[in-house]
Amino acid sequence: MTEKFQGYLRADGRKGIRNTIVVAYLVECAHFVATKIAAKFDESDVQVIGFPGCFPNEYAAQMMERLCTHPNVGAVLFVSLGCESFDKVRASTAVSESGRPVDTLIIQRSGGTTKTVEAGRAWVRKTLDEIAKVERAPMGVEDLVIGTICGGSDGTSGISGNPAAGKAFDLLIGEGAACIFEETGEMISCEDIMAERAITPELGEELRAAVQKAERYYDTLGFGSFAAGNAAGGLSTIEEKSLGAYVKSGDNKISGLIKPGDVPPTGGLYLMDVVPDGEVRFGFPNISDNAEIVEMIASGAHVTLFVTGRGSVVGSAISPVIKICANPDTYRALTDDMDVNAGDIIEGKRSIAEVGQEIRDLVVNVAKGAETKSEALGHREFILTYKTFEPIGPSCLPAV
Amino acid sequence: MNGPFLQLNPKDNVLVARRLAEAGVDVELPDGLTITLSHPIPLAHKIASRDIASGERILKYGMPIGIATEDIPAGAHVHVHNIRSAYTATYALQDANGQSTEVSK
Repeated sequence: MTEKFQGYLRADGRKGIRNTIVVAYLVECAHFVATKIAAKFDESDVQVIGFPGCFPNEYAAQMMERLCTHPNVGAVLFVSLGCESFDKVRASTAVSESGRPVDTLIIQRSGGTTKTVEAGRAWVRKTLDEIAKVERAPMGVEDLVIGTICGGSDGTSGISGNPAAGKAFDLLIGEGAACIFEETGEMISCEDIMAERAITPELGEELRAAVQKAERYYDTLGFGSFAAGNAAGGLSTIEEKSLGAYVKSGDNKISGLIKPGDVPPTGGLYLMDVVPDGEVRFGFPNISDNAEIVEMIASGAHVTLFVTGRGSVVGSAISPVIKICANPDTYRALTDDMDVNAGDIIEGKRSIAEVGQEIRDLVVNVAKGAETKSEALGHREFILTYKTFEPIGPSCLPAV
Repeated sequence: MNGPFLQLNPKDNVLVARRLAEAGVDVELPDGLTITLSHPIPLAHKIASRDIASGERILKYGMPIGIATEDIPAGAHVHVHNIRSAYTATYALQDANGQSTEVSK
């Protein structure tokens, strides 16, 4: 019997576990002003996100819309310099139509830094009172979307942290949650075993094609999704890293293949294809861990599981991050930043199933409002860059 | 298997260190042979569980993780200096001992 907890009910029927005001800059030139507005409210849930580029990009526009209408978001303040290419009318219309309070400040028309910061703070102050009245509604695990990524992987990740995350996914999917794993560039060599887990042969072909696309993409770039620290931590090749990363998907059948911003239509297990379509244009698909976390959140993730071996300290804007440390030495060194010690598995102190249950229980507690380590420390990292995607094919989603 | 190394799958030709294994430590390999480590092996790094010939596939989790680029004797460190990806190059700034290594392809 899954317990119920109180969520924030949004107009589209989705329910959030946080009620955040997002201050979103629409070009790097407005970043400082956005940060100054939000800094005044460090005791409240006011967070900065944004897109640094001046040139238009459909991916970034869609990501901003999805992020600003995420169920954890209660209201949005856009901060524009004024001359950038980002379509701020489209963005604010999307937020307005979602039933959320929204406003847009244009620095060039508002009298510069000081006056825009003052106007922004006044709006946030007023809106905090307004969103405190948002309707609450009971929600359960079946309403949750949970993402998982791994970063700073080492040779322990695939033995302890990722299998434990996979076990948690099995438990959460059993209770009706939608769970998303990634990333196709780290599934290289796993495409055949993964395709066999698809709910339809057509989806299996889509999964295979997504990994093959990733392989071509990284081949063009000249390097795989592999950092120096991966090797120092005992990983030797992309396929070794891939096998370790793949196990965080658990044992369920794969219900669908989504791209960043696609929200899973039902519970079940989904692979996120994070590698851009078409020719290689904008460099590495995800330039750092937070780029992956942001994509999980754009696809509706209420909570993201982050498995690390080398050690990471990041959190995220909008949705909490649960950090699962695979490496017992790293856990001892970075205890204050870690939510779960999966290193116990390496040392023979606990089983994969026990740590998986701990992760599942922590997801529910965080959904009830408990702060993760990174939330309590104030980590609210965010990064959004240029990409390009074609829509997913008809075989990619399960029938609802 | 006891001691500092794990065999993740019976098909594997590598063992994984579950803690730092110091040089001079004796390790019993799956075929019963005992070797003495000539170098320290850090947590989560690999050693050959038997003699591996150049060109042979390296198996971990029972799955291929790369190809040996030289003959690797039983008990030796298996890493970016003696195996390569069958897919894309590995970029590594440092090897296990903090030495800069070439990009292996």
